[in-house]
Amino acid sequence: MRAEQISVFLENKAGRLAEVAAILAEADVNIRALALADTSDFGVLRLITNDNQKAMQALKNRGFTVSKTDVVAVEVEDKPGGLNRILDILHQAEINVEYMYAFVQHNGKNAVMIFRIDAIDEAIKLLQKNNITVIEGSQVYTM
Amino acid sequence: MILDIGFETMPREDLEAIVLRRLKATIDHVYANVPFYRKKFEENHITPNDIKSLEDLKQIPFTTKKDLRDNYPFGMFAVPMDNVVRIHASSGTTGKPTVVGYTARDINTWAELMARALAAGGATRGDIIHNAYGYGLFTGGLGVHYGAEKLGASVIPVSGGNTKRQIIIMKDFGPTILTATPSYTLHLAEVAEEMGVSFRDLKFKFGIFGAEPWSENMRQEIEQKLNIIAVDIYGLSEIMGPGVAIECHEAKKGLHIFEDHFIPEIIDPGTGEVLPYGETGELVFTTITKEAFPLIRYRTRDITSLNPEPCICGRTHIRMNRVSGRTDDMLIIRGVNVFPSQIESVLMGINEVEPHYQLIVDRKDKLDTLTVLVEVEERLFSDEVKVLQNLERKVSKNIKEYLGVSAKVKLVEPKAIARSQGKAVRVIDNRKI
Repeated sequence: MRAEQISVFLENKAGRLAEVAAILAEADVNIRALALADTSDFGVLRLITNDNQKAMQALKNRGFTVSKTDVVAVEVEDKPGGLNRILDILHQAEINVEYMYAFVQHNGKNAVMIFRIDAIDEAIKLLQKNNITVIEGSQVYTM
Repeated sequence: MILDIGFETMPREDLEAIVLRRLKATIDHVYANVPFYRKKFEENHITPNDIKSLEDLKQIPFTTKKDLRDNYPFGMFAVPMDNVVRIHASSGTTGKPTVVGYTARDINTWAELMARALAAGGATRGDIIHNAYGYGLFTGGLGVHYGAEKLGASVIPVSGGNTKRQIIIMKDFGPTILTATPSYTLHLAEVAEEMGVSFRDLKFKFGIFGAEPWSENMRQEIEQKLNIIAVDIYGLSEIMGPGVAIECHEAKKGLHIFEDHFIPEIIDPGTGEVLPYGETGELVFTTITKEAFPLIRYRTRDITSLNPEPCICGRTHIRMNRVSGRTDDMLIIRGVNVFPSQIESVLMGINEVEPHYQLIVDRKDKLDTLTVLVEVEERLFSDEVKVLQNLERKVSKNIKEYLGVSAKVKLVEPKAIARSQGKAVRVIDNRKI
């Protein structure tokens, strides 16, 4: 039930994000979700695309450092308390969320959030037990 | 003031007789007590009896930093450890430092030469010496300290750092002589200004600066900002420490080498050929009074020239000009010797990969800064920012711990570091000295 994310190392300087976007456009890759974490010197761009393999190859060919990480895509009710419910379940089980970000598109009526969790399998089992929908990777890329 | 009139102004002929006698004794000493030298002499079919004149010294092969490294830590010591009373160390080209030892007599000789140096730079027994050279394995702090005590001056062992506290001490204790690296001195001047303290109101008369390259421009800036006379001092731990050579404040034109203890030569660093006076090349020293750590024809890697002209101060000892560069890639950052290969060892030690890196040296607010750029390859990369930040911190911490110098570590994209003919440019030194 895992989904796959790619991460790209970027120096914190003008034009780097635009360069990544241009490379992906050229490779005909569509970005499904993204988040950027930055410090004063560098940033880490996390991406989920419709074709991670192709995106990764295109970026590597252009000299970027890229890695793959497994994440969890979770449906979140689009109403007050929706996110809180999920975080609460994880918190109660002492599962730590490294970071998270939102998907561009809804899945039906629900929002979709990406969670980066070390104890990933444990988290998936726990969420499913609590009747929370974890979205299959293959479905995430083409949503 | 000339502290030791007898030796420092001795007619050249008499001096050369003493030098030859001392050289012969040193050759006997190393042949008998340092297996490295005995082997080297035997390989070159030289016996101590072959050294009959100063000219004969040329027959003996050079000693290099590599020889010291091969004999790490105590292999070059010429006396049993029972007789060694002090050990100092400086950076080596790999992770291992260069280790030097002193007998009680060596420490006394060093103190005497350092006292001569302080006197040549304007100090007397009535002075208060603010010694801002670092104390520790580095020879700067303790070398100056013992010389100051030998001279009979009052020494404040303030060491490096805590700059604001140093300014307060200068204001309250009224030191008259400053000993520090030239770049730290200019930093002191800036901090004093920020604190509203004018050096013109302080009691400094003379400053004795060294342990890093500096220029005539820096001398003028220091003299003007601190309202003092500034002289250059030279030394290296392998030969003794500070006090191998000193500028007299009368001429301020080249550093007198204490020739009754050290024989200088200038060689062509490529061929090893000895060059005549006035020509620029690599400085080579032979120690002729040291007991614990004598060195024969040691290649300093410092580039300079020798000037035999008589000096207005009355000293007869030959002068070396300012060190104008190095024959290797050693950097001196805030008085600390740094080799790029040491940084490489630190990086290798962290991830067992050899990353592309570059050292950028700058001088900001009069202080040297070192920035280490590290290219983030896949093996170093993580999707988590905290992992990357920890990497930066760890590299910085290890550089500080192993090399004793503060560095800012900056992660950069692959191929961000310029390559010339496929080879990464390891050092960019932006300092204008």
